[in-house]
Amino acid sequence: MQLTSPAFKDNAAHALHDPNLQKALGHVEKGFIDKRKAAADRLPEFEALRDRARDIKNHTLAHIDLYLEAYERKVIASGGHVHWAETAEEARAIVLDICRRLDARTVTKGKTMIAEEIGLNDYLEEHGVRPVETDLGEYIIQIRNEGPSHIIAPAVHVTKEQVEADFRRVHTHLATDRDLTEPTTLLGEARAVLRREFLTADVGITGANFLVAETGTSIIVTNEGNGDLTQTLPKAHIVLASIEKITPTLDDVAQILRVLARSATGQDMSCYTTFSTGPRRPEDPDGPGEYHVVILDNGRSAMLGTEFQDMLRCIRCGACMNHCPVYHSVGGHAYGWVYPGPMGSVLTPSLVGVDKAGHLPNASTFCGRCESVCPMRIPLPKMMRHWREREFERHLNPAAARWGLGLWAFFARRPKLYRLATGVAANLLGWLGRRAGGRFATMPMAGGWTKYRDLPAPEGRTFHDLWAERLARQAAKAAKSPAPASAAKGH
Amino acid sequence: MSRDAILSRIRRSLGVAATDIDRRATVSDRLMRPPRGLIPKRGQLPPAERTRLFAMMAERVNCTVARVADAEAIPEAVADYLRGRNLPAALRRGADPRLAALPWDGQPQLAVSVGPSDGQDMVGLSHAFAGVAETGTLVLVSGEDNPTTLNFLPEYHIVVVRAEEIEGDTETVWDRLRRVYGKGVMPRTVNMVTGPSRSGDIEQTILLGAHGPRSLHILVVGGQD
Ligand code: SF4
Repeated sequence: MQLTSPAFKDNAAHALHDPNLQKALGHVEKGFIDKRKAAADRLPEFEALRDRARDIKNHTLAHIDLYLEAYERKVIASGGHVHWAETAEEARAIVLDICRRLDARTVTKGKTMIAEEIGLNDYLEEHGVRPVETDLGEYIIQIRNEGPSHIIAPAVHVTKEQVEADFRRVHTHLATDRDLTEPTTLLGEARAVLRREFLTADVGITGANFLVAETGTSIIVTNEGNGDLTQTLPKAHIVLASIEKITPTLDDVAQILRVLARSATGQDMSCYTTFSTGPRRPEDPDGPGEYHVVILDNGRSAMLGTEFQDMLRCIRCGACMNHCPVYHSVGGHAYGWVYPGPMGSVLTPSLVGVDKAGHLPNASTFCGRCESVCPMRIPLPKMMRHWREREFERHLNPAAARWGLGLWAFFARRPKLYRLATGVAANLLGWLGRRAGGRFATMPMAGGWTKYRDLPAPEGRTFHDLWAERLARQAAKAAKSPAPASAAKGH
Repeated sequence: MSRDAILSRIRRSLGVAATDIDRRATVSDRLMRPPRGLIPKRGQLPPAERTRLFAMMAERVNCTVARVADAEAIPEAVADYLRGRNLPAALRRGADPRLAALPWDGQPQLAVSVGPSDGQDMVGLSHAFAGVAETGTLVLVSGEDNPTTLNFLPEYHIVVVRAEEIEGDTETVWDRLRRVYGKGVMPRTVNMVTGPSRSGDIEQTILLGAHGPRSLHILVVGGQD
């Protein structure tokens, strides 16, 4: 995925004036917040389990080298292979090597954020291997030529009308007069198109929600069943996982699972929690003949022992972005890389450098909702402040921006975001006021978050212009982009 | 080697030595004797109530549940289900002796084939390793007895679970798994299945029947009060 984090401000301005995006973003609030709360309320032990989950990961991170070694021994004992990758390049090369050795033409993919992080799809395509995303959301963004805008709902920025248009553009072998007005028909069409791919793919690539040291097991948590078909049917199953996915025991996994799905989608459990250990056994009638795990570092080991270590507890549930007012307004693409929302604002500078992602830690209102819902109790606002302090110390920014005033000015010039951001400014300036001896403490900034969607949004001509430009650009791009191979097959 | 580079960078960051005996002892102890976590009260019930909770939780995630007095009654219950759904009288199952031993000849119209699925089967039948009452979850293990493809390729999945193998929580299932397969050993695949497949990827509207089964029917055997 192309890194555009340095352009966060422009990205955000565009996002605010994209009507499709604004319509789609409404579903984030509607879809996730109430469900999470209901699921958490149904389980009296939920808060105590969050403490347990945090403690398990803290223990794990303090012994992560040893648990990784123990895990590796178990994978090898069960007939699997472990590959270690320090960088994205290394990880890509390992995957391509396996595909080449197996003479793979097509790989199916379950949803994996690590594959997004290492830019795997483009790389495979450049080298003659055709990747096919099989998670419905990932499939939609693949045919749209986009990156994910959410870590568990990658196509949350797309409306169903847009999905219909994309399916008509790409599934040209199907009757043009078919009815695609309902989500069920769209889902049915994707199921039929992808079923063929599952049955003919050479290699299946998934991510992992956990790696279990006790047993050498990788675990995926999904709802669609696509990850299972991806890993069960081809000749080889490749698991992509970053180092912090390691978890000591099955009991520890059971603890964290109790907070994962509830925080993510408000389910007690996702439909499919699948534990994979090694390749198919001699007596097995199905399953992959080879099993590979690629363990990726890509900057994470350097976060250990620093004020950012807590970020490595993250289980990628998405709750922080689901509850983030900035995310609700600008969506995930504005953050400019794979990981959006509060967790992205902390993680992205760690992984790609604060010089490129320095704006992100400022894209916060410090309202604290992310931390209050994070199942792993990661102090996200505190870590965003750490980044800002580091950035200040490194003198990367002009003087005004050092104190967040550059961002304040940016918001203040943009009426719609400004209203949204009164809380940003209040919190920010409160913090600055304390830091700067109270100079800004009396700035009159009032107002909450709840009403901003109802406020009329006066729109300056500049933004109409920007928006028109963007639409024109998008139209030009869509006309140019070729129909992806995944759908062209079997005409 | 990347492996050693990563591990030594981790140790440098943490400020620890590879040789630290205490750390090693802590880790091997946790792996040998996994500490029990916090088990929610919800599933900690006497058997009859536990089975009822299991059925209720499974129905809440869109499963259908039927109870039969004993295993002998399964073929008829399966045939009833297929008729009720207007499905062809055919299914595919694995070699599980618990399924093979059933009186299938009492349902002569029902075509039962054995083996993994190649994607052509409308209905799959599996026997679960366990159930988890807390969340209405089925636990299935791979192998010849119950091939994993049967869990995902057919449109309709029927799963048999014995009432006495429904536990209150996942941790108790892990205990049994460790007893059956050995400590630290797992079957190739363990599937925890909680309801039929679904997707919310189009405008966050939850729809059943994504890539896996559209329907999940559970037959609970025994344990009737
Ligand atoms: S930071 Fe917390 S809330 Fe956000 S994705 Fe990670 S675990 Fe979930």
